[in-house]
Amino acid sequence: MAHGAADPVLDVRGLTVEFSTEGGVLRAVDDVSFEIGRGEIVGLVGESGAGKSLTSEAILRLIRCPPGRVRGEVRFRGQNLLTLGERSLADIRGKDIAMIFQNPGASLNPVFRVGEQMLEAMAVHVPERRAALRRRVLEILGRVGIPSPGTRARDYPHQFSGGMAQRVMIGMGISCMPSLLIADEPTTALDVTIQAQVLALIRRLARELGVAVLLVSHDLGIISQMCHRVLVMYAGRVVEQASVEAIFRAPAHPYTQGLIACLPRLEGTGKLGAIGGAMPGLAALPPGCRFHPRCPVSEPRCRVEAPPLGPLRPEHQVACHVARPS
Amino acid sequence: MARFVLSRIGQTLAVLFTVSVIIFALMRMIPGDPVLMMLGDDFTQGAYEQLKSKLGLDRSVVVQYLYWIGRVLSGDLGDSYLNHERVSRLVLDAFVPTLVLVIASLIVGVLIAVPSGIIAAMRKDSAWDWGSMGFAIFVYSMPSFWKGIILIWVFSVYLGWFPTMGYVAPWSDFREGLWRLVLPAITLGTFFSGLVARIIRSSLLEVLDQDYVKAARARGVRQAALVYKHAMANALIPVVTVIGLQFGTLLGGAVLTETVFAIPGMGRLSVAAILNRDYAVVQGAILLGVVSVVVVNLLVDIAYAFLNPRIRVA
Amino acid sequence: MARPLGADGRPFDPDGLTLPAAAPEPAALGSRAALHRWWRRFARNRGAVFGLAVFLTMVAMAIFAPLISPYDPLAQGVGIPMASPSTAHWAGTDSFGRDILSRIIFGSRVALIVGIASVLLAMVVGVTLGLVSGYYGGLVDVVIMRIMDGLFAFPIIILAIAMMAVMGFGVRNVIIAVAVGFIAPFARVTRGDVLAVKEEPYIEAARLAGVSSLAIIFRHVLPNVLAPIIVQGALRVSGAIITESGLSFLGLGPPPPTPAWGRMIAEGQTFIVMAPHIATIPGIALMIAIVALNLLGDGLRDTLDPRMRR
Repeated sequence: MAHGAADPVLDVRGLTVEFSTEGGVLRAVDDVSFEIGRGEIVGLVGESGAGKSLTSEAILRLIRCPPGRVRGEVRFRGQNLLTLGERSLADIRGKDIAMIFQNPGASLNPVFRVGEQMLEAMAVHVPERRAALRRRVLEILGRVGIPSPGTRARDYPHQFSGGMAQRVMIGMGISCMPSLLIADEPTTALDVTIQAQVLALIRRLARELGVAVLLVSHDLGIISQMCHRVLVMYAGRVVEQASVEAIFRAPAHPYTQGLIACLPRLEGTGKLGAIGGAMPGLAALPPGCRFHPRCPVSEPRCRVEAPPLGPLRPEHQVACHVARPS
Repeated sequence: MARFVLSRIGQTLAVLFTVSVIIFALMRMIPGDPVLMMLGDDFTQGAYEQLKSKLGLDRSVVVQYLYWIGRVLSGDLGDSYLNHERVSRLVLDAFVPTLVLVIASLIVGVLIAVPSGIIAAMRKDSAWDWGSMGFAIFVYSMPSFWKGIILIWVFSVYLGWFPTMGYVAPWSDFREGLWRLVLPAITLGTFFSGLVARIIRSSLLEVLDQDYVKAARARGVRQAALVYKHAMANALIPVVTVIGLQFGTLLGGAVLTETVFAIPGMGRLSVAAILNRDYAVVQGAILLGVVSVVVVNLLVDIAYAFLNPRIRVA
Repeated sequence: MARPLGADGRPFDPDGLTLPAAAPEPAALGSRAALHRWWRRFARNRGAVFGLAVFLTMVAMAIFAPLISPYDPLAQGVGIPMASPSTAHWAGTDSFGRDILSRIIFGSRVALIVGIASVLLAMVVGVTLGLVSGYYGGLVDVVIMRIMDGLFAFPIIILAIAMMAVMGFGVRNVIIAVAVGFIAPFARVTRGDVLAVKEEPYIEAARLAGVSSLAIIFRHVLPNVLAPIIVQGALRVSGAIITESGLSFLGLGPPPPTPAWGRMIAEGQTFIVMAPHIATIPGIALMIAIVALNLLGDGLRDTLDPRMRR
């Protein structure tokens, strides 16, 4: 079910993020490639520290360089965002590509009123008069479901609950009609009931407005509800990429299989699965396949040679010697 | 916010009480019999008893304190032993030049510290950073009185640009007053800037790391606006508090700087009073000095409550 | 009293001087391996090493003053008064014909003695107060902290002046006067650390085992709050020396003819036109000492409290 695969909104190729530290150069994101089409929701899933957030931040060049260093290509509307000038990039940020973060309360400047910040988000991109923008702010607040927008716009961020704040962030994000929305763990800090509302909002954006969405999460449940396609990341690398059905019904990579086995099931009374061990830190990556120390089916080859990401079936890629012997 | 302000005021009153007790205790610990000293050559036993009971010195310590604090609160700080003037008059007259010096130094200090702190933070770990922070540490470590003497030597004696010492109130003669303030204000101001520049730098660095700056950048806010609007608005709030809290340090520094530049302020008054054993004046000066520090602290706290939306708007 | 807060409401504490880190780790200071590691980290900071070198030189200078000093610091007329630096008198002579270099060397004694003794005294008193206040809490805590707040309101030099007025002059009184100004910061920092450590499970365990409060305080709580206190102490020594030199400058320090850098500078101010070296050179010595101690203190803080690294 590939949406607009012919002309992807975002085309990431060989994205690599490195950091120079006292202990040497650490590669937090290693050669990540994917596409997102119009109206498509692509999920980026993995444990904490797998490099998902960094991947999403790298797209808009939000990583501080130095000490970071980003390589590769991020093609958006025919341009490589990684080599774009700062001013052109600032034009795209917030207007064509919007991003929302994990902790909505912390994403708003505590000393400015919320309405002011929303206004600013638009004023940087749209040369309209403040009065007109102010009306738009109220309109957007209403559309994302904030009651009495007139009063709320004059409030400060600390007066908003987590759910309300995230709606504000989404409102700000779509205020300039972006083609791509990057959502980095948008519901992790929220209650389950609010989660559902926020996710519904995002889904509507994709469906009704055709916004392409990159959804980063460690929560497989959310990924399964929301996404059309999924990328599984482990220790900085993409280990599997497929449609959401394929990932959940026929996971190919042992890590993905392990993750899905960890999900509690309604039927059956078996024990909760678990993957023994822990993801290696960036400074202590094992040779060969990064997952092999924890892998139940690892072979001697896995210890030596890192498996490349290659097609197992059409539209289903995996990086595993066992799943895809070459 | 009202609750915050009220609790701070309560705290301030408690501190003022403690301070008054400390000063009272200190003065009582001075060796020697003040009654004897006051009578001097006019000593007779009868006069002694009379004066002692008149001063309330034959009562218990607590009662003495109450008498004393009553007099202080009504503005009576006693009389100078030396020239029999009202201490309150002497002290207030001396306080004005000190205050002028402190304010001038604050201005100089802020004018130096803010740009250098910002530059150091923006170009972290560059030559600018190490340079301005090194300079800050350098001027902060220089004893202010020595710095004043060196400044006099270079700019007054050698170059002749400024007068070596003396004070003229800016309101009586603006140009002369300001001219005479330049060297003392630079002396004290650079010390202050050394302290504040480092704090501005670290505050700004901390703020620049915050999520809301990253989120604002993700919305397309330009770098200049990110730093000077988003970051500074947050970074300056603790800095304002710190500057206010340094009023006490500045007052201490002023005491020394006044001596170097022969400014007739609290420093000169207190030191002369100590050497002359004019304890009423010493007590009055210290009382006024410390009370002003405490009051400034309170005002700074209130300013903070006003600046920080989290407190201003429940 | 008032502590600066950042805009996010958390206390603003860039130098790590007013707040403890997360509850300090159970004391690992004693083991030799830890000391070795600690030294290696410290040695990487060149400023700190410089500071340590200067400090040790100062100490040596103070201890061996009679041996290395070229002249008797109190002897007048060993050279032409107000002579500029020359081969005979490397730092020149003052208005009484005394050799300035010798007076500087002996002056380091006053500076170091006052600096270190006052900080130690303040540490002992302040830490004890902080321990008691933090551990017992309640009324004791409130009373002690209120008194500390009161003390804290005094600018240090003003408090020192007040104490000198009461006690009279002399090195011993200077030490006490300066120490009083530093008690409050020590008490506050200790109390904060104690409050954090108090909740640790090993304290609870000791209490349940019936160990007496006093023993808990001194054998379990104290070692774990010691590291930040030592850092505080090192950082404050330079402040103590500055305060002492300020007092000497005002004429309230150790009385003449004892050589004290502050007073030497004051005497030199009168002759700034004819003989600038009298005021300038002792000031350079003072400044080197202060810069070195500041670097040393910063280095110690960075080593023992890595979360402050930027």
